[in-house]
Amino acid sequence: MSDVLANDLITPDAGVSPLLSQSDVSILKAAPIARLSFRAREAALANAGTAFGVPLPTQPLSSEIGAKRAALWMGPDEWTLLAPEEDLETLFETIETALGDQPHALVDISERSEAIIVSGEKAVWLLNTGIFVDFSIEEFPVGTVSRTIFHKSPVMIWRTGADTFVVEAWVSFMDYVSGLLVQSAQELTAA
Amino acid sequence: MLLVYCPYCGVSRPETEFSCRGEAHIARPADPAQTSDEDWVNFLYMRSNTKGVYVERWRHIHGCGRFFNAVRNTVSDDFLKFYKAGEPMPDLEELAKEAGK
Repeated sequence: MSDVLANDLITPDAGVSPLLSQSDVSILKAAPIARLSFRAREAALANAGTAFGVPLPTQPLSSEIGAKRAALWMGPDEWTLLAPEEDLETLFETIETALGDQPHALVDISERSEAIIVSGEKAVWLLNTGIFVDFSIEEFPVGTVSRTIFHKSPVMIWRTGADTFVVEAWVSFMDYVSGLLVQSAQELTAA
Repeated sequence: MLLVYCPYCGVSRPETEFSCRGEAHIARPADPAQTSDEDWVNFLYMRSNTKGVYVERWRHIHGCGRFFNAVRNTVSDDFLKFYKAGEPMPDLEELAKEAGK
């Protein structure tokens, strides 16, 4: 499944069996990664991007991908930076050093959320059972990232492929999100 | 369901992503210690509660998290304009006239 992912960061957790595996849609738990919340004004962006290794996107709802790195636009002064778990400490230090006394906030939020990978030709249909967002490829092209709401839970949706989405929710909400998705998917197999 | 346009994200999203935070352009008194009780009550609680074209603060809480302002007709629920926080209040009469055409 990892070949359909646009990057080498979000990979299925090898130790966990798929939450859902149907011919037209599957849900896999993603392996843990490091997540950093970065907030700053425009002056600090260039330095932060250089230190992180990927320029921070300034276009709304967009993402930038590099080798083992991804920068996701969350708001006009807010980004989520993704990297492999083992790089967390060095990366944190590198960005802090590069920014010096430029005003900014860099916070490790790795443990706050979990990710699942929803992929398959019915992925859009499945997500739309709980999200009122137009996921057509024209409106929500590959690379688009957005926070939104799934039923009652805040989630982050990142389209990494035409039929592949990374869905991130807070750890304590993940059972709710993945549980509802799995239940809704049963409708596809029902006669 | 209302469709709300977020001027920061540049997309229209369902109202469940947003929260409405009441009338916009209410300035906090610059020096609260010098403000009379009556003026403070007016600042805290008194709102125009217009029937018709009304300026509101909205927050894209389940999106980018930013506050922005919207002009809404409270009778028809039509949004006439969305603009970023900090931008001046548009001419409401003119907006109402344009919408009425």
